[in-house]
Amino acid sequence: MQRLESRLGFLSGLPILILLLLAFIMPLFVVAGFAIMPQKVFELTHLPDFSSFAVIWEQGYYRSLLRSLGLAFLTTVILFIVCWPLAYGMAKVFGRFTIVITLAVVLILFVSENIRLFGWSLSLMKGGLIEGYLRSWTGLSFETPLYDWPVIVFGMAYVYFPFMLFPLAQGISLVPDDARLAASDLGASPARILFEIEMPLAAPGIMVGSLLTFVLSAGAVAEAKLLGGRSVVVLTDDVESAFTFAQNWPLGSALSLMLIGIVALLVLVPVSRVNLDAIMGRKR
Amino acid sequence: MVAQPFVRIENVTKRFGRFTALDRISLDIAEGEFLTIVGPSGSGKSTLIRLLVGIDDVTEGTIRLNGTRIDTMPANKRPTCMVFQSLALFPHMSVGRNIEFPQKLKKIAPAARKARALELLRLLRLPEDYYGKMIGQLSGGERQRVALARALAFDPQIIVFDEPLSALDYRLRKTLEKELKDLHARTGKTFVYITHSLEEAMVMSDRIAIMKRGRFEQIDVAEAIYSRPVSRFVASFMGEVNLFEAAEEQGKARWGDAGIRALSGGLALPAGWRGALMVRPELLRFVAEGQGADFTVQGRVVAEYALGSRIQYAIDTLAGTRITVERPFEQRLAAGSDAPVTLGWDRDAVHPIAEEPRHATA
Repeated sequence: MQRLESRLGFLSGLPILILLLLAFIMPLFVVAGFAIMPQKVFELTHLPDFSSFAVIWEQGYYRSLLRSLGLAFLTTVILFIVCWPLAYGMAKVFGRFTIVITLAVVLILFVSENIRLFGWSLSLMKGGLIEGYLRSWTGLSFETPLYDWPVIVFGMAYVYFPFMLFPLAQGISLVPDDARLAASDLGASPARILFEIEMPLAAPGIMVGSLLTFVLSAGAVAEAKLLGGRSVVVLTDDVESAFTFAQNWPLGSALSLMLIGIVALLVLVPVSRVNLDAIMGRKR
Repeated sequence: MVAQPFVRIENVTKRFGRFTALDRISLDIAEGEFLTIVGPSGSGKSTLIRLLVGIDDVTEGTIRLNGTRIDTMPANKRPTCMVFQSLALFPHMSVGRNIEFPQKLKKIAPAARKARALELLRLLRLPEDYYGKMIGQLSGGERQRVALARALAFDPQIIVFDEPLSALDYRLRKTLEKELKDLHARTGKTFVYITHSLEEAMVMSDRIAIMKRGRFEQIDVAEAIYSRPVSRFVASFMGEVNLFEAAEEQGKARWGDAGIRALSGGLALPAGWRGALMVRPELLRFVAEGQGADFTVQGRVVAEYALGSRIQYAIDTLAGTRITVERPFEQRLAAGSDAPVTLGWDRDAVHPIAEEPRHATA
């Protein structure tokens, strides 16, 4: 009986296992394989020479990698600060009104990311929705904020907002009300309560939200393209042009592999330190 | 009471929307007193202590501590501390950091903090190596002690307890009740304790305040609450007491149960008195018919319950009134169930409870 049950577990896990193997692990190996091939080859049958990594170093591709990580980090920090009060309200204050916010945020996700970003692009461009009307009504004008890095951060924060908000709200709901009241009763100021009680106890939610936004932002393509207009080159741009315009698969693979490696490293360290079971509803 | 009491709660009203949780209540608490507030759920006892520590604001009225108003002070500025029902220990901190939390806020040096934390661990009979343990590694009783240590580390003027023992099993609760009383004696702090168990209150308190629907029903020492309750409500709180409906007739009590015989002149009552006459189960005894007590009644044993050192009988009188009798186990009846018995009690075992009790203020 025991053996049957354990085999059932394996059998029911088999479909997803096969899917993961074919759609997730295999491409990763292909990418890793191409990354060590000589430049501009299209087969994995060559002798590896690791020349792509030399190219990355010589031609300064690491700069766009750092740029990507920096923008992703900034997006994560901004989103955390912006989402905390709202998430707090959703978890502790709004009560039944929370469902309205949840629906409002989820509804946004129904519209494709690209369309929403185009919307912002049209709104913010010179002669666009905002500046155009302002000029025609008041004669005043301003330079478009498009095509610079802050607007890319804005775009990413806008698109990845739900990925921070919901885990954060979930995390904050883990903070017992009594713990907060007790801290206040023992003389803690609201700031102290935030940093010493609420944030540590909501850590699993903070971690999940931050990792999601960071990983998604680091690999984001559309924001830099549509709002940044290629004036800011992020790593994903380099990857794309290596695979398409430059027809240099090994270089693109090596760049991808670097991003995957660094992000994985940045993610695994915090994940190993935080009890994710807590956010999945199991008791600590 | 002295001219300026330690804590003076005066005409405090608390409303939540249209619901009045506390209705113009007043209470003085002496310094170093162990006061227990007893009441059923929804009686307002939790609301009162939340007002006292500042978790909620009073709607009307004032709370003074040593003559200074504290009801307008924010919770984190008040010299009060609450031990929560959930204990509200911080699960992400070690025992030591939990206990040191209030001292850290007062910017006490780490070495002094640690010394005090270890001292409190000893005071609460916890091993010193618990200092580094996490809260999750502790048993219920140990957590209880850590919560107390943390409250004491804050060095409050008043420690308020919100039913902290209610989640524990019976034996542990009994042990901790006594420890708490002992701790109160050793620290000399003012304790305000709330519970729905009068039994628990009796073990620990100097005074007991009984609450009902946002008002105090009776505030007195345990002995007075026990033997001289002002209302049926207070009487019923102690579990099984015998209440006989009665009324005054020609200056004497006319007992509701027709079978009750008054042998030595009956019980004098003021003119027009109506209410219940209370006789505690342990003040009833088995007598021979028509002698040996001021009052007797005949009945039948319905059931017998052994309570360890005592034994309890349910007895139906011939008129059908159910009476509870409690005797030391040694005085167990030889006759079994359904045996005819005569119960007797004396005049001073009877406590009259008039209808329409006055509301207590102290």
